Amino acid sequence: MPLVLTEEQSLLRDSARGFINEKAPIAHLRKMRDERDATGFSRDLWKGFAEMGFAGLLVPESFGGSGLGAVEAGIVLEEIGRNLMPSPFLSTAVLAASALVRGGNAEQQAAYLPKIADGSLIATFAVDEGAKHKPLSIAMQAVRAGNGFKLNGAKALVVDGHVADLLIVAARTSGNAGERGGLTLFLVDPKAKGVSVERTVMVDAHNAARITFDNVEVSADAVLGEVDQGGELLDAVLNIGRGAVASEMVGLSEEVFNRTVTYLKERKQFGKLIGEFQALQHRAATLYIDIEISRAATLKALQTLDQDAAKADHAVSVAKAHAGTTATRAVQEGVQMHGGMGMTDQFDIGLFMKRARVCQELFGDDNFHAERLAEARQY
Amino acid sequence: MSDLDQFRSETRAWLEANCPPEMRKPVATDDDVFWGGRNTKFSSEAQKVWFERMRDKGWTVPDWPTQYGGGGLDPAEAKVLREEMAAINARPPLSSFGIWMLGPALLKYGTDAQKAEHLPKITAGLIRWCQGYSEPNAGSDLASLQTRAESDGDDFVITGQKIWTSYANYADWIFCLVRTDPTAKKHDGISFILFDMASKGVSTKPILLISGKSPFCETFFDGVRVPKSHVVGTVNRGWDVAKYLLQHERAMISGMGGRSAGRPLGQVAATTVGSDAQGKLDDPILRGEIARFEVDEAALACAAERAIDLAKAGQGHPAFSSAMKYYGTELNKRRYEILMSAGGIDALEWESPRSKEGARARDWLRTKANSIEGGTSEVMLGIVAKRILDLPGA
Ligand SMILES: Cc1cc2nc3c(=O)[nH]c(=O)nc-3n(C[C@H](O)[C@H](O)[C@H](O)COP(=O)(O)OP(=O)(O)OC[C@H]3O[C@@H](n4cnc5c(N)ncnc54)[C@H](O)[C@@H]3O)c2cc1C
Ligand SMILES: Cc1cc2nc3c(=O)[nH]c(=O)nc-3n(C[C@H](O)[C@H](O)[C@H](O)COP(=O)(O)OP(=O)(O)OC[C@H]3O[C@@H](n4cnc5c(N)ncnc54)[C@H](O)[C@@H]3O)c2cc1C
Repeated sequence: MPLVLTEEQSLLRDSARGFINEKAPIAHLRKMRDERDATGFSRDLWKGFAEMGFAGLLVPESFGGSGLGAVEAGIVLEEIGRNLMPSPFLSTAVLAASALVRGGNAEQQAAYLPKIADGSLIATFAVDEGAKHKPLSIAMQAVRAGNGFKLNGAKALVVDGHVADLLIVAARTSGNAGERGGLTLFLVDPKAKGVSVERTVMVDAHNAARITFDNVEVSADAVLGEVDQGGELLDAVLNIGRGAVASEMVGLSEEVFNRTVTYLKERKQFGKLIGEFQALQHRAATLYIDIEISRAATLKALQTLDQDAAKADHAVSVAKAHAGTTATRAVQEGVQMHGGMGMTDQFDIGLFMKRARVCQELFGDDNFHAERLAEARQY
Repeated sequence: MSDLDQFRSETRAWLEANCPPEMRKPVATDDDVFWGGRNTKFSSEAQKVWFERMRDKGWTVPDWPTQYGGGGLDPAEAKVLREEMAAINARPPLSSFGIWMLGPALLKYGTDAQKAEHLPKITAGLIRWCQGYSEPNAGSDLASLQTRAESDGDDFVITGQKIWTSYANYADWIFCLVRTDPTAKKHDGISFILFDMASKGVSTKPILLISGKSPFCETFFDGVRVPKSHVVGTVNRGWDVAKYLLQHERAMISGMGGRSAGRPLGQVAATTVGSDAQGKLDDPILRGEIARFEVDEAALACAAERAIDLAKAGQGHPAFSSAMKYYGTELNKRRYEILMSAGGIDALEWESPRSKEGARARDWLRTKANSIEGGTSEVMLGIVAKRILDLPGA
């Protein structure tokens, strides 16, 4: 498969770009942040996303979605990244939808997928617990109780956690921290007794929450996939999330880069445009190259997820690590090359820096993924 | 089964039947590379057999037209062949500046007579070419070259000096940049011309490199007569040809970084560094460096694949090969810094059978030229800044 977008995919990109540029430029994020908006995203725009077919991008057509794949999800996220749009697309349309499509039984799919596709249900995936992404170290316990399970533990960095109507929670039903076996995914109603949700205001002004589970009772029907066998499903959903976030980082890197290059062509010092200084030219050139390489690696990862998801670990880690390193550099160079202006809140570059930092941490930073690659290649 | 799948399975079967086992190992020494040419020798029977079978199939240059001895494959088929060869670690049957550099330029700018004369001898490995671009005072600033070509009837008479001419002492012919109009602006008075290295007035003097090898030369021209019909493209418009050729050269050099076939670098390192109780490389910082290297290497391979696909889709940028050249060569240098660090003192023996006469150290030193030859890294970044980013004054 050629490593370029097909015609349909280019059209999708254009329509996502058009919609987001018009309806959710960065001023939209600023407004949410400055007004301390309780929802943290615009429900109207999410409806718009549903009408455009984006909310149900990964939902099969039989459930009202478009039945598209990771490449298409990545395309939308890249545009989200360019505009730092606050949107439940990642949590709901990518993570939760993938988990239900891959792990859900017929009733579960019928109950939730159509509502994801029509924009009426916000859902999310709760995995991380500690400061760093360590999916196998999940300590949250799910103990059999009566016909179902009792959940105890705490989750952090749950994207859109405080507005979600449905939580997909990874917990340990057996085994020890560090083991792949013994993990199980559960569908949990955030209004259930014992669930407490704390919205965490994050550096990037995007939605996240800490959620604690205190003897939360769920029925056996709440299990997504097989008991004790959730590790594989968890990996698969995380990989899609990683590929999607890599795309978001490619989008935001490119946007920061374009703004910075524009600035180099406008700002004068020493009687010259600062873009004439070779010290800046060469750094801009290496950054351009890094972004192009991240873009290629990310598209490869997304294509691999669509074609042979079971073999996507390597491509996904390469993409997430490379795009993470690139984004980190892109935002730093962006601020640096804008001089004092880059340090101001009034200027948008700093907002990109903040979002890039969060994207790095989401589902494993560049160190995590380099380590995963070394481990897989046995050295 | 699609046509392409069909082609893949036939190709796989053909390679399986025709590629000798000895030719399915990574290239380790210079002897493993077959360059062709008048004075050529095969280093083994297997090398000869492999070359001849591939030549007869048209696969020394799979994507050139069959009328010139190429394979006539379309880009998708050529990609399949590359993939299938990589899958069994098959060596290139023929390496040559004719394939990588001159051929593409002739296909675009050559006359029918020039193509008919030179291309079949490239695909058949009969003529070995060298590149006469750089001069002592024209390196990065190539267009300031001074080698003169003066008109005399149907001939040009060429006088001057080239330097860093790779394999000039082994080459049969040279593609050369000469100044045909000394009064014009520097880019406008250059011609691209072909001649036989056996011509009267050509001499070469090898230069020893830090690797202890002398793969390149000073090349002197003292009144060399060359028919005007040997100019490729228009007289005084040779810079267009030269630049086009450089794009191909840079794409080729950038690929030298991406050799992911074979054992993972971390496992190679473990043979000298050792492993800890968990089987991890017994030098955590080197291990991290290797992992980072492998991320970048794999990502670059994706970009190389994408560059080809973009070009095919008509969306490529002609200066992108400079971007790839920069990244690929810097990466290859990093690979060899890692290999030297991993090799420790074992890699430092210059003359011993244990070290295969310092093979790793010599390769390490050779890689330092990657970011110089074909245009330096700084020049590549300058090209990206100017032609892709359109930065002022670049
Ligand atoms: C937090 C903070 C506190 C400050 N406090 C004070 C203060 O108290 N008093 C005060 O007077 N100032 C203060 N400054 C201003 C500070 O000194 C300037 O921001 C700084 O000198 C850079 O100038 P600039 O912002 O105009 O950037 P510019 O000069 O426009 O630089 C933009 C970019 O171009 C690069 N550049 C410029 N010229 C060249 C060149 N020749 N070659 C290569 N690259 C070049 C710069 O390195 C930078 O990356 C403060 C700045 C900050 C961020
Ligand atoms: C192994 C090897 C094989 C080669 N084979 C051939 C061959 O077959 N045929 C052939 O014609 N040539 C060949 N070359 C020559 C090669 O193309 C030149 O060495 C190269 O173009 C650089 O020129 P130079 O050596 O004169 O360095 P210089 O141009 O003098 O450069 C010196 C340093 O200055 C930097 N520099 C120069 N200009 C700028 C600028 N504008 N901005 C910033 N930095 C700059 C360079 O990047 C470099 O770091 C070969 C070189 C090597 C090392």
